[in-house]
Amino acid sequence: MPTVSVKRDLLFEALGQKYTDEEFDELCFEFGLELDEITSEKEILIREQGGEKAEGASDVVLYKIDVPANRYDLLCLEGLVRGLQVFKEKLEAPRYKRVSPADGGEPQRLVITEETASVRPHAVAAVLRNITFTQERYESFIELQEKLHQNICRKRTLVAIGTHDLDTISGPFTYTAKPPGEIRFKPLSQSREYTAAELMSLYKTDSHLRHYLHIIENEPLYPVIYDSNGIVLSMPPIINGDHSKISLNTKNIFIECTATDLTKAKITLDMVVTMFSEYCDEPFTVEEAEVVYPDGRLSVYPELAYRTETLSGDFINKRVGINESAESIAQLLTRMCLRSEVSGEGDLIQVEIPPTRADVIHACDIMEDAAIAYGFNNIVRSTPRTYTVANQLPVNKLTELLRQDLAAAGFTEALTFALCSEEDIADKLRKNITETRAVHISNPKTADFQVARTSLLPGLLKTIAANRKMPLPLKLFEISDVVLKDETKDVGARNNRRLCAVYYNKSPGFEVIHGLLDRVMQLLDVKPGRNQGYHIQAAEDSTFFPGRCAEIFSCGKSIGHLGVLHPDVISRFELTMPCSAIDIDIEPFL
Amino acid sequence: MHPMADNGLLESVLRLVEKVDGGTDSQDVAADLGVDHQVIVGAVKSLQALGEVISAEQKSSKHWELTGEGREIAEQGSHEARVFNAIPDEGLPQNQLMKMPSGKVGFSKAMSNKWIRLDKAHEGGPRVFKTVEAIEDTVRDKLQLVQKGQSAKLEDKEKNELKKRKLLSEVTVKSYWITKGSSFSTTITKQETELTPEMIASGSWKEKKFKPYNFEAMGVAPDCGHLHPLMKVRTQFRQIFLEMGFTEMPTNNFIESSFWNFDSLFQPQQHPARDQHDTFFISDPALAHEFPQDYLERVKKVHSEGGYGSQGKSDTHTHTHTHTLTLTHTLTHTLTASFTAKFTPVKYFSIDRVFRNETLDATHLAEFHQIEGVVADYGLTLGNLMGILHQFFTKLGITKLRFKPAYNPYTEPSMEVFSYHEGLKKWVEVGNSGVFRPEMLLPMGLPEGVSVIAWGLSLERYVDTHI
Repeated sequence: MPTVSVKRDLLFEALGQKYTDEEFDELCFEFGLELDEITSEKEILIREQGGEKAEGASDVVLYKIDVPANRYDLLCLEGLVRGLQVFKEKLEAPRYKRVSPADGGEPQRLVITEETASVRPHAVAAVLRNITFTQERYESFIELQEKLHQNICRKRTLVAIGTHDLDTISGPFTYTAKPPGEIRFKPLSQSREYTAAELMSLYKTDSHLRHYLHIIENEPLYPVIYDSNGIVLSMPPIINGDHSKISLNTKNIFIECTATDLTKAKITLDMVVTMFSEYCDEPFTVEEAEVVYPDGRLSVYPELAYRTETLSGDFINKRVGINESAESIAQLLTRMCLRSEVSGEGDLIQVEIPPTRADVIHACDIMEDAAIAYGFNNIVRSTPRTYTVANQLPVNKLTELLRQDLAAAGFTEALTFALCSEEDIADKLRKNITETRAVHISNPKTADFQVARTSLLPGLLKTIAANRKMPLPLKLFEISDVVLKDETKDVGARNNRRLCAVYYNKSPGFEVIHGLLDRVMQLLDVKPGRNQGYHIQAAEDSTFFPGRCAEIFSCGKSIGHLGVLHPDVISRFELTMPCSAIDIDIEPFL
Repeated sequence: MHPMADNGLLESVLRLVEKVDGGTDSQDVAADLGVDHQVIVGAVKSLQALGEVISAEQKSSKHWELTGEGREIAEQGSHEARVFNAIPDEGLPQNQLMKMPSGKVGFSKAMSNKWIRLDKAHEGGPRVFKTVEAIEDTVRDKLQLVQKGQSAKLEDKEKNELKKRKLLSEVTVKSYWITKGSSFSTTITKQETELTPEMIASGSWKEKKFKPYNFEAMGVAPDCGHLHPLMKVRTQFRQIFLEMGFTEMPTNNFIESSFWNFDSLFQPQQHPARDQHDTFFISDPALAHEFPQDYLERVKKVHSEGGYGSQGKSDTHTHTHTHTLTLTHTLTHTLTASFTAKFTPVKYFSIDRVFRNETLDATHLAEFHQIEGVVADYGLTLGNLMGILHQFFTKLGITKLRFKPAYNPYTEPSMEVFSYHEGLKKWVEVGNSGVFRPEMLLPMGLPEGVSVIAWGLSLERYVDTHI
């Protein structure tokens, strides 16, 4: 969930009203935002770098507001204020308009060459004319681009935004791709020119930019945008050129978004221009730009598309569980920036989805907005009349019954991780990894999660190792799932419910573990005996001490082993006392 | 530790106590019986242990006692008297007198008492002579008085003088004031520690006295096993769902394919949850097979082009069908399985492990337990979801609930559930919930008009719930 940081006083000024922290928190909650933290730059610095660094930092109060991940229109102060003002019916949602250049001039043009196809094939562009920046607006403009980069742009992999002072460059612009050695320009905040190859090594140590290098690093051609005089605007998705950088005094802005995902590029561009066209001489108008594809196709951006959906008041009422007139529902939706009116036919409502609401893709999204405007907490809570009979999952029912009785038999339940290291299930148990039938994880963050466990024993032995200070004997059990490869399953693996128990004491206590087996079998109503009953017979298993291991058979089928653990197993789990264990599959008893 | 007294002594003490009204001091008892006071103290303790035979109140008193040297003087006379008595009428050479054990001290005291004189000029060396016929050894007399317990006859000044000479010392004695107890008797019955089978058989318990228990002591810890606290909470949650008529879903498939885990949940191809960072992917076995092809095609279409009333997400769909290790959303799989036949309304729950590719620390676990509830029926409303959540949380003892609009890729509307925490005096998030998106339900073959409401919460959060 993205967090937007805004200056409290600036926010209240824009909202035209002062709130207490509690009142504003309440407003956020109702609207689906969360006032996450109230802080200041100074406080943040003190927390992150200590008191000395914070000296002289601003103590202007900041609100950190959590915004839902699909609401790109709320990622800056301008959008938040607009959304809340419309919600509180203090403002009508503005209409965003794409306009042609004044005085019949030619629109700016961005020509895409075919070299971009292999690395970053899409681009869109627009112009904001006669904009007036202040320090705060300028900061917010930069911050919005950063928020979009982190969210919808998926850390610049899908889309990268470049903004330029149009008065320093001249179109038409060319979006092409070139070998890194052939791109040469002075990037933002640097004092001299670099080749693209040099920049990639320069930014290796840059705390911010190094995260984006991987996107093009290994490509033979890097994306680059030139103006008609060969001036580099940007090398997306890494850095802009210094020449065209915007400043507080910039009046006209050329915005380009290059992308691997065209839909998201269009949304991103719409967001930037809808948010900041507010500060243009003619508010909420955006000057069009043309994009020419390698095949000659020409598109005009920004799209700023409005779409109309028709749905019935009854649909909303039935899905939300309220009983409102179509007119009142239309009013609710209008408060969510979805300008709506009753069409006159029955209770049908025409809902206009503005370009800022890319998150609205289905009638259910409109229904949710009606519910939010109505107030989730004003909806009457009612119990569904769905009549059903409950059933337990048989394997869980059996597990629940056995757990209680194992605890009653003096063993304590452990809860251990289902993921572990290869070593835990192989070397430490004196097994070969290939014979374990283990499912392997390709991308574990740590060696503790290389495989799904094939036995509960390692987890229990680790639990004992962590509790060596407790008085002896230690008696533990766990009934849980292991995962085994199984060719017959569609995913090639299956869970298997196992029961494992260990007895750790100065003497091995085989008879204790054996007694536990007898008790478990008694509970499962299986009597001792060779055919329809259960029996154990001497077996060899590398985990157990030779001559101290038996295989357990129930109704003629092998269900597991019990015995005294091999001394090497004991010491590999950093234990010092003899230990006996039982490990059985309980699924045959379902 | 006091010496244990034998029954004979105990009974002697009891007989003495019987004779006096209003009680007696243990020191007097010791004197009467001619035994050391400490022996009587032991006897008192033994009698107390018998129950209410006697009652004894501890008190302390001061008295004068002879020191070792004082006792020697009481027996053999003072040093000066011994010196006097050693001198014959014809006198004694001083050097010889000085060799006596009491010589030095006795000589100077006898000199100051003017009992003797020294003739320094005597021929053959200085010689000591008696100056009086007989003497009175008052020091010895005084000490003998103290020894007889009659120190009161001496004046304080006299006692302090003797104390200065280290012949007397004042000591504090702890003694008991013994009176008859509520079950006083002059005969001793041995107290039994525990009831035995023999006593029950013979009925002898009726005659026995039993040693009282110490109810202040802790009991012996029972020899038993325990259930894991988190699993106890899981049992409680299962119980709540079962009481509410929910059927347990089979979630015992940790390994799911990406299709069931992401695609069927309408998660965009580039959704953060699909990141390598968050999800465990499986390298062995590597590929899944046997997908329901028609369902897969329908899902693919919804993602890329829309459908079922949706604009779609314009996803460039590149299925790899990699397995992912997760449990979070297997409910789609279950739901689909249950809806292929004719639809009937259902209520499902699951409580099982989910996995997240995290590095372990105090606040992050790679595995935790997710609790999920799902209801599928015709015409379910958002109000129904709130109603059932209210019932669910009421069973947990949480009654103050409110709901915040939220975003989940697979539900719309989505609501975060908050409850008022009386201890923290604020609203805290207790779960997430929502109504499943139609784009998710319709490819499964669910009839139009069927809504699926669901909620989820973390089991770990409730581990301190009182069971």
